[in-house]
Amino acid sequence: MKLGLVLATLTVVLFLASLMIGHSTLPLGAALTGLIGTGEPLHQMVMHEIRLPRALLASMIGAALGLSGAAMQGYLRNPLAEPGLIGVSGSAALGAVIALQTGFAATFALALPLTALTFALLAVALILALAGPRGGSLTLILAGIAISALAGALTSLVLNLSPNPYAASEIVFWMMGSVADRSMQHVWLAAPVMALGFVLLATLARGLDALTLGEDAAESLGVSLRSLRLRLLLGTAAAVGAATAVAGAVGFVGLIVPHILRPFCRARPSRLLWASALGGAAMVLAADIATRLILPDRDLKLGVLMAIVGAPLFLHLIYKTRRLDA
Amino acid sequence: MTGLLHLDHLTVRRDGCPVVDDVSLKIAPGECVGLIGPNGAGKTTLLRAALGLLPHEGQSSLAQMAPRDRAAQAAWLPQSREIAWPVPVRDLVALGRLPHGRKSGPADEEAIQAAMARMGLETFADRPATQLSGGEQARVLIARTLAQDTPLLMADEPIAGLDPAAQLSTLTVLRDLSREGRAVLLSLHDLSLAARFCSRLIMLDQGRKVADGPPVEVLTQPNLAKTFHLRARIHETPEGPIVQPLETTR
Repeated sequence: MKLGLVLATLTVVLFLASLMIGHSTLPLGAALTGLIGTGEPLHQMVMHEIRLPRALLASMIGAALGLSGAAMQGYLRNPLAEPGLIGVSGSAALGAVIALQTGFAATFALALPLTALTFALLAVALILALAGPRGGSLTLILAGIAISALAGALTSLVLNLSPNPYAASEIVFWMMGSVADRSMQHVWLAAPVMALGFVLLATLARGLDALTLGEDAAESLGVSLRSLRLRLLLGTAAAVGAATAVAGAVGFVGLIVPHILRPFCRARPSRLLWASALGGAAMVLAADIATRLILPDRDLKLGVLMAIVGAPLFLHLIYKTRRLDA
Repeated sequence: MTGLLHLDHLTVRRDGCPVVDDVSLKIAPGECVGLIGPNGAGKTTLLRAALGLLPHEGQSSLAQMAPRDRAAQAAWLPQSREIAWPVPVRDLVALGRLPHGRKSGPADEEAIQAAMARMGLETFADRPATQLSGGEQARVLIARTLAQDTPLLMADEPIAGLDPAAQLSTLTVLRDLSREGRAVLLSLHDLSLAARFCSRLIMLDQGRKVADGPPVEVLTQPNLAKTFHLRARIHETPEGPIVQPLETTR
């Protein structure tokens, strides 16, 4: 597969670049020896505790967002769908904000991501209760919008009632989304949950292909829509919930990556799944490198950059689609 | 059991009201069965319930099967011609092979080629299906059900919105399938075409089966008056009866 090779190469190159670029300039040799654990202790520390977790998290989060974006678009048969649609990222963010506000986040290292993850799972439980096991895609979207709105409102409430400006600014900065200053602990927390999500989402391939023909035709081809939807929801909750829990909200990846890659996959939803996982990893790695290059001293947030680049890119895609339709 | 589809007192209720009311029927290999009836008579509901896509009372032999087995037994062509993504025509037709296992082999390739040839789609193979005209899309979707290669094919108004030539060629394909030993169950509104191409007609009225038999026995003046509220002229021709509706009698 040519596309697979291109995307995999791109991801690997960007991953290596992410390891090489950082606040302190390490020579290539020092960075490599530091990585394999034979160089100077300082270099080893920089590589193992700063750069490696950062590069790993960027690729994991990108893959999670890209894959679940492609799955969500395939299921809803709508190129405007994105993983945040079902309220998972909003709820995870609410969990994180509550953890920060109550001080629970400071009790132990993983308190914040664990709370966020719990809230993401609560959101899925709520969505299943609202949309019901047999509910159609429209009820799913509406339930997702309602949960997102509620999570957003409660997040604002927490900020609103925040007693001191420092706590509020900490929350605001966290919500912007970033993979800077994370540790391998974050990687180890997110990895198994995301892996579970990836496995669930990967099982959707054939069902999503069949859904190209509509829900009725797909069911007559032997696809159980009930089980498909359940796997989609749980898979997205695990992948995106874990991503938001460790990195905050990073938007647009799940929306744009499948959109860009669709023409290269002959529009097949099954092919788009893994292509978007690789593409998402490459895009977040590139964006995270960019945050370090553009304003190295100002801690430019990944989520902010992603939105600044993503929104115009999305507008451009809409413009192109519009010309095709005309 | 020799029948390909066996409905036993099938009833579907919507808000308590029966939309399909106590319908029993059997469909055997070699039959091309036309389901006729006015709008709202329950044709689509009957077909969907028979496939197990709707909750129902009574029995349907298809609905009792596991989804995978059912997909190998019956192909379903819904009325809404949905094609969500600009997938190439060949890939779309190939979706009919999904129930036949994970790895595609020479049998799959053969079935896809045969289905495309039958619907005259060879020259479209690489074009995105969404860019085709409505009639061409209809042919692509029929080819998908042919590629599924099932003993029974169920189609909901497969000729709606097609030009006259396309209507005739589509019905010819379906009739030929039944003559090859498969069974076809389709709903349609054109009574003359139903009479010419179907070996048997089933007339539905308000969810109930009111007539079932060879076209000449079903398409009678009293049946048309009672079910369709139509006064019609029925010409007997060498090509079969031609039904010319004259006026409504309601």
